Amino acid sequence: MNSDPASTHDDTACAPDAAHIPDMGSPRALNPVSVLEVDSLLDDPKTRIVVCCGSGGVGKTTTAAALGLRAAERGRKVVVLTIDPARRLAQSMGIDVLDNTPRRVKGIEDSGGGELHAMMLDMKRTFDEIVEAHADPERAAAILSNPFYQSLSAGFAGTQEYMAMEKLGQLRARDEWDLIVVDTPPSRSALDFLDAPKRLGSFLDGKLIRVLMAPAKVGGRAGMKFLNVGMSMMTGALGKLLGGQLLKDVQTFVAAMDTMFGGFRTRADATYKLLQAPGTAFLVVAAPERDALREAAYFVERLAAEDMPLAGLVLNRVHDSGAAQLSAERALAAAENLEEPRIVDQERGKAGLRNSPDPYDSSDSPSPEEAVSDGGSLTAANPDRNIEQLTAGLLRLHAERMRLLFREQRTRDRFTALHPEVAVAEVGALPGDVHDLTGLRNIGDRLAANRPELPEEYDTHA
Amino acid sequence: MSRLQVVSGKGGTGKTTVAAALALALATEGKRTLLVEVEGRQGIAQLFETEALPYEERKIAVAPGGGEVYALAIDPELALLDYLQMFYKLGGAGRALKKLGAIDFATTIAPGLRDVLLTGKACEAVRRKDRSGRFAYDYVVMDAPPTGRVTRFLNVNDEVAGLAKIGPIHNQAQAVMRVLKSPETAVHLVTLLEEMPVQETADGISELRAAKLPVGRVIVNMVRPTVLDQAELEFARAVPRAAIARSLSGAGLGGARRGGLAERLVDPLLRQADEYAERFALEREQRGVLTELGLPLHELPLLAEGMDLAGLYELATELRQQGIS
Repeated sequence: MNSDPASTHDDTACAPDAAHIPDMGSPRALNPVSVLEVDSLLDDPKTRIVVCCGSGGVGKTTTAAALGLRAAERGRKVVVLTIDPARRLAQSMGIDVLDNTPRRVKGIEDSGGGELHAMMLDMKRTFDEIVEAHADPERAAAILSNPFYQSLSAGFAGTQEYMAMEKLGQLRARDEWDLIVVDTPPSRSALDFLDAPKRLGSFLDGKLIRVLMAPAKVGGRAGMKFLNVGMSMMTGALGKLLGGQLLKDVQTFVAAMDTMFGGFRTRADATYKLLQAPGTAFLVVAAPERDALREAAYFVERLAAEDMPLAGLVLNRVHDSGAAQLSAERALAAAENLEEPRIVDQERGKAGLRNSPDPYDSSDSPSPEEAVSDGGSLTAANPDRNIEQLTAGLLRLHAERMRLLFREQRTRDRFTALHPEVAVAEVGALPGDVHDLTGLRNIGDRLAANRPELPEEYDTHA
Repeated sequence: MSRLQVVSGKGGTGKTTVAAALALALATEGKRTLLVEVEGRQGIAQLFETEALPYEERKIAVAPGGGEVYALAIDPELALLDYLQMFYKLGGAGRALKKLGAIDFATTIAPGLRDVLLTGKACEAVRRKDRSGRFAYDYVVMDAPPTGRVTRFLNVNDEVAGLAKIGPIHNQAQAVMRVLKSPETAVHLVTLLEEMPVQETADGISELRAAKLPVGRVIVNMVRPTVLDQAELEFARAVPRAAIARSLSGAGLGGARRGGLAERLVDPLLRQADEYAERFALEREQRGVLTELGLPLHELPLLAEGMDLAGLYELATELRQQGIS
């Protein structure tokens, strides 16, 4: 949203100067969408959990960290659970050590009484802790050393998702923080983390496991012939497929985990309910690109279907321009206009004054001969020429920006047309990566300001 | 030239697009490539603007010059049933297995089994020959999982081989691994000229090398054009604002006086130039990091009009011109 009326509504005034080319104006001003009020969400004491989800590469982790920092600096006691932060970001928050417990982040502005804690998820460690907490030491040792368990805890495609949700449940149960901000794993699809707890839960107390666990018991019952046949056929097939050793390992593992199954199922259900609870807010994170927004739309629909409370969409890396009144087409036309004389120079040996009714300092202009010998280089020999080239370059840069901006706008409009009910917070694109608290604070400001360009006082331009 | 071309990259770098462009680029005259999807996202169908791909190889494009591109979205469950059918003639028993949850178990929970099925299917396509003894596909291009998971995905056969010490899965895993670790395979990584994707690329290469998987090329995607060079950017900082205002005014963009339309463009345009300069410097730094990796480096332009089918052909032509096929 460009809220500067001066820059959005004076485009028509340009017309007398040039051939009239229909202006795109500032597209953002034309399409109001409902605005996500980030600060009221973060300040509301009833908000206890914020889940940031979305496809890979859209800035989920950075958004989660920035929200956590902002909430803490606004006086809340916050813990941020990140999954796989960039190394430098993790270092700057002091959470590059994997010990699976939240660490207090130093260097935040805490005059409001807030605290920021952060941790990076250690998936295997989290799984091990569940086992240790729910089985007697002997049984726990048997599970932990089982090759099937080792593989499951480190490798199963849903384990990371499950453990992230498990850790969320643990942090919530400790009740030490006002607000928990969670990043979600870079899943194959954004939906995986919703499915994982259920899937693991249903697997661990599913039919298959029961069959594998107690074939004798099942087989011994009358009226269970079908199951018996199915079971022996299946264990036979699995045995053939996987090799006898693996099957034995699975059976050992399953037997050892026996006591924990009820626990797993209960926990998966509890986590799921926690996500549906009123204190939870989901933020779908996306970038203004087709694929990312398609995933976002998908996610919005899925959250609705699961009764998960969606707070809104965070749209990262949105571009804007302080000169949005100048369209790409007009900028390019003007750039061509400026560059034309150079060709004239080289062909006819004339200084390019044709399109320069107001050269900025004609007394400094070199003679036409010098201009020719100097070609197009950027020395002081022909400042007019150089300045016109530079101006043309600035205009081409602007044209590129306007095209990008327009494309982003179109992509976003497609999303809002499908989901007009979803509140949006736009975050302006930064030229570089964010890897310190200052950068996160800046992102937080942009999230709350809900427009790509910050007010002048935030501007770093000298 | 490796016949199995695996394309990975950090999320958001456009690896599916690059994989598709590569499949088109490799399908030179008379050649046939198979583009394989393993994550069930139907990204290929979206790119080629066709309906969702079934678990079946079908022709989706004719490449410039007449080669053909086939596509296949591998579904692990169907691949497993296929496999059981092929080796055990299970028939209806397959459905019973599915009912019991065994297929779900095997394809989602059993460590690595899913990945063996996916890579196994791709390797089968690589090795498949027609009756005349010619390879069914000249190249197989795989749109693989992202960099963070690709080593585990490709190497998981080792893991399975360790778990299933004997039996057909073990044998299958060994066979697949032989293809994946041979010069028949090349793993390419797609990146952007940004810090995190470049870092992830460097890490990914170390992981692949540690697992003895053959690393191919680095493809930098969405490279923005150079609009202003270093000298121009320095000049932009030195030049008086009024001069630019007059120049803009001269180009027909309004008055150059203070408050004039052209004058009011100067600050925003210079701010954009500053942002560009910052990005330009970062990109140069990241390009330096990538060059130090010592791998063949390719760059694909950012398409100004966004990604569509025409853009895909453009990228394929670009890859051919850069000698990738």
